Amino acid sequence: MSDRATASAADKRGWLPHPLLSASLVLVWLLLQNSLDLGNLLLGLVLGLGIPLWTSGLWPKRLRVKSWVAVLRYSVMVIGDIVLANIDVARLILFRRASELRTRWVSVPLELSSPEAITVLAGTVTMTPGTVSCDLSADGRYLLVHCLDAPDTEQIVREIKTRYEARLKEIFE
Amino acid sequence: MNLVFEILVAVLIIIGGVFTLIGSWGMVKLPELMSRLHAPTKATTLGVGGALLASMLYFAAFKSHLSLHELLISMFLFLTAPITAHFLAKAHIHRHVDPVRELPRPDGHGWGTFEAPHDAAAEMKAVMDDGPDPAAAEKAHNDDAGRSPR
Repeated sequence: MSDRATASAADKRGWLPHPLLSASLVLVWLLLQNSLDLGNLLLGLVLGLGIPLWTSGLWPKRLRVKSWVAVLRYSVMVIGDIVLANIDVARLILFRRASELRTRWVSVPLELSSPEAITVLAGTVTMTPGTVSCDLSADGRYLLVHCLDAPDTEQIVREIKTRYEARLKEIFE
Repeated sequence: MNLVFEILVAVLIIIGGVFTLIGSWGMVKLPELMSRLHAPTKATTLGVGGALLASMLYFAAFKSHLSLHELLISMFLFLTAPITAHFLAKAHIHRHVDPVRELPRPDGHGWGTFEAPHDAAAEMKAVMDDGPDPAAAEKAHNDDAGRSPR
């Protein structure tokens, strides 16, 4: 069954169903080998072409990225936020009594609808200040977030929506 | 010049070590699983990040060859840490949390851990394609049906 699905998907979109995935596979392979030999490049190309074809049944849609500048800006912002998040959580662990932490569940309504965008948002939420994304509602319209220390849940929802979701919307939708 | 790099590498290693230690201390100190989950997902990323940056700088400055494995390690870490945390949280919610009394209730359908995706006929599609706007969802559904080999 999966063989047939793969074959027909390949028929429809030729031998390069996911150029982005192929490019990143080649890049990751070269980084893993830590070299730019011709042999490694060829093997990387074989993997980069083969794996997307082989798994194309699992990727019904092609991912479209609207603006690479926005991707770069988002990445830089998130890396900065991760550093701040580390310092923030470290401070909470060191200087706050555990009983004084206001841990809380928050439900964040989502405007994003593409699975890739929601995945990136959930990952970002986990990596940034005091929040871990825990579950998605059955219809994919709410994200369940656990906060380590949340005096004001409204503000956390607002921040996730304006700081991350709005920018992801620009990138993916 | 060498001294500058040595100091930089040392500082990065110390930063990494301190954050890893704090992350581990958090695991001991925090009272319950959900808050403990915060310690390894965050404090540790900077811990490992510091060590990796130190390693890259060391090889670039003293062995004069550029090592890019470290970039890959941090990339894999960024990809896997949230997924691991997500699965741990889901397992915890499933076994120990009462969805009615302890969790906020989303409008419409319940949380994915307790409820099957509401479009049972297309289990994956319910999560993947359903937009807030029913017309858009319908359109996405049709698009997908047209393209899917099934």
